[in-house]
Amino acid sequence: MSLPPQTGTAFVEFAGVEKVYDGGAPAVAGLDLEIAEGEFVTLLGPSGSGKTTTLMMLAGFEAPSAGDIRLQGRSLAGKPPHRRNMGVVFQNYALFPHMNVERNVAFPLGVRGIRGAQAKAKVEEALALVDLDGLGARRPDQLSGGQRQRVALARALVFEPDIVLMDEPLGALDRQLRERLQVEIKRIQRRLGLTILYVTHDQAEALTLSDRIAVFAGGRLQQVGSPKAIYEHPRNAFVAGFVGENNGLRGIVTRRNGSSCEIRIAGDLVLQATPVGPLAPGDAVTATIRPEHVRLGPDLAAPCNLFSARVDDVAYHGDHSRVRALLPGGAAVTLRSEERIELGASEPLTIGWCAEACLAFADGAEPRP
Amino acid sequence: MPGSPTERAGAARRDWWPFALVAPLILFLAAGFLIPVLMMLSRGVTDHELASAWPETAQALRGWDGAGLPDETVVPILAAEIVGARKAGHLNLVANRLNYDRVGSRSLVYRTADALEGGAPARSFADLARIDPRWSEAGQWASMRQAAGPLTSFYLLASLDRRLSPQGAVERVEAEQAVFVDILLRTFKISAVVALLCALLGYPVAYLLATLPPRLANPLLILVLLPFWTSALVRTTAWVVLLQSEGVLNGFLIGAGLIEAPLPLIYNRLGVYIAMTHVLLPFLVLPLYGVMKGISPVEMRAASSLGAGPVAAFLKIYLPQTLPGLAAGMIIVFTLALGYYITPALVGGGADQMVSGSIAFYTNQTLNWGMAAALSLLLLLPLGLMLFAGRYLARTVPA
Repeated sequence: MSLPPQTGTAFVEFAGVEKVYDGGAPAVAGLDLEIAEGEFVTLLGPSGSGKTTTLMMLAGFEAPSAGDIRLQGRSLAGKPPHRRNMGVVFQNYALFPHMNVERNVAFPLGVRGIRGAQAKAKVEEALALVDLDGLGARRPDQLSGGQRQRVALARALVFEPDIVLMDEPLGALDRQLRERLQVEIKRIQRRLGLTILYVTHDQAEALTLSDRIAVFAGGRLQQVGSPKAIYEHPRNAFVAGFVGENNGLRGIVTRRNGSSCEIRIAGDLVLQATPVGPLAPGDAVTATIRPEHVRLGPDLAAPCNLFSARVDDVAYHGDHSRVRALLPGGAAVTLRSEERIELGASEPLTIGWCAEACLAFADGAEPRP
Repeated sequence: MPGSPTERAGAARRDWWPFALVAPLILFLAAGFLIPVLMMLSRGVTDHELASAWPETAQALRGWDGAGLPDETVVPILAAEIVGARKAGHLNLVANRLNYDRVGSRSLVYRTADALEGGAPARSFADLARIDPRWSEAGQWASMRQAAGPLTSFYLLASLDRRLSPQGAVERVEAEQAVFVDILLRTFKISAVVALLCALLGYPVAYLLATLPPRLANPLLILVLLPFWTSALVRTTAWVVLLQSEGVLNGFLIGAGLIEAPLPLIYNRLGVYIAMTHVLLPFLVLPLYGVMKGISPVEMRAASSLGAGPVAAFLKIYLPQTLPGLAAGMIIVFTLALGYYITPALVGGGADQMVSGSIAFYTNQTLNWGMAAALSLLLLLPLGLMLFAGRYLARTVPA
């Protein structure tokens, strides 16, 4: 936790927020979340997990069914979106097609009564910030997707909002452009000290950008923490599986001793794992192990778990290779190796991993999307 | 390879293929619509009665400068052709045509024909003047020269309550004959008011249709389209039933004690506005609905998040983007209203008749197709301007 929010000093605070549509299952339930000033917080989750609904409630486009949302300690209830002073960047840019870039960016200034030379200077400054100087006269349909998103960003920043809300802003762009814009958004956020609430379903994006990540599933907050905490210490199997890649091996706890436990999986294989949460012998669990933590070869330096397996498939990825190996019981384990792999299908190999890297979660304790 | 000759020929064949598919329609439109319309309209600017019944007289009159009386050599030619035309049965046409311009010319031509057939001499103006003194009036000959064709401004000028003086200057017709300028202005005014009423009533309807969820919008759309499925005649008569003095509305108002005497809701301008607005409303709603459907609701959210209240967001973001659709709808309503004929005839009074009524009158009753064509041309001119304005508007405001 790099920036732990302190109760009472939260910039934005969700307190027991719930959103129910027409008597259906709640889209968001029991949400408590605090965002500090200057913090970059990402809401991460699959579609339908409630992250966009949360963002829209903060922006004022949706009203919470229960609970309260506060900005700087004051409740936002009943305050319409146009009085909230929040910059929103939408997934499909939402630029005004009948205005050129300059007039799009000047729009929030105009409705605030800022006109003339002062507005012009601010617009130029905002366009320079997103590297769009000189394109002010273009119309949105004359811009590329990346340029449009930069205009949307400039428009959401030019009026110096209290907080910037971004709803999958890079979702419509190709990967290279997305990565370039991620760097720029981070640079701008640091330079201006912006508070940003960012929504994405892309876990890599969330890990790159965020000070803290809030993982959503099934309308509930699963875990909040720094990217490192989320990645290395997932609180449940959903977070472990959704953030980063993970192998899941299902089995039964056979023994538990303190900070480790023994799990029997298919094929009567026994492995050592680190339990997350209370686990007792006889519990059905999923043991997770990240591909980069699986070691390869007979010369392993005393790992806790060692298995002989068989190659199912080898995929070449340029800077690394991925091997899909089958354990004797039929379970598949994917491993990642930086070294060149010269193995054919069905060839035998030895794989292993340490118990600290292998986390065991009780089954059925958390939602699965 | 685009360079190979066979490939190029193939490409050329493919380019022509779509045209071959629409060729039957183009031929049908040309034969059934375009050519007849152009032929009809050409009657508004051409004069052929005199030239076809009296070809040599027409020839001689065209060679005259129009000052005073023409050369006397025209007299025997005219006399011969009057007699010849009566034998061929064409005299009626030319007598009617001359009568449009100078009332009494018809009787003059027939009296002269009678006299000539009775053996009266006709070698000089003096001979003709003995048959009828009007033959010595310069105006009579000037009128005949103007009718000699082939092109004429007579019908167009008459449609604007103007005519050519014997000296060739444009002058007003007598006040009691001047009706067309009034009718044309009235036609444009009624059409403009109806277009405006349709815009005021139709904009909220289109907005509702475009923003409601489909479950509610679809039945409403059917209600908007419903008038299309009944004939204009039925819809207009329905308004007669509703609005007349003993009609449903007046009956209700009197029964409720709100008014003492029935309100004059029909057979006046109000009735025309009500019935035409109702009939033409879908033509405004549909194009506007189409444009409004294309505006992303996220834009309105964006405007709101950027600090614009509902009114500012509507005026600055929504309204400007719907203007092309509004203009298209209003142009359609305006142009359709210009040609309206049945509705004003049924629910309007004498002072609410539109120019199409006059065109129908000249086409069906008096068979003065020249006037009908000239009035139609005057209607087409602003139509062309409107379409041009519409295209210009569509270019400047991106949809």
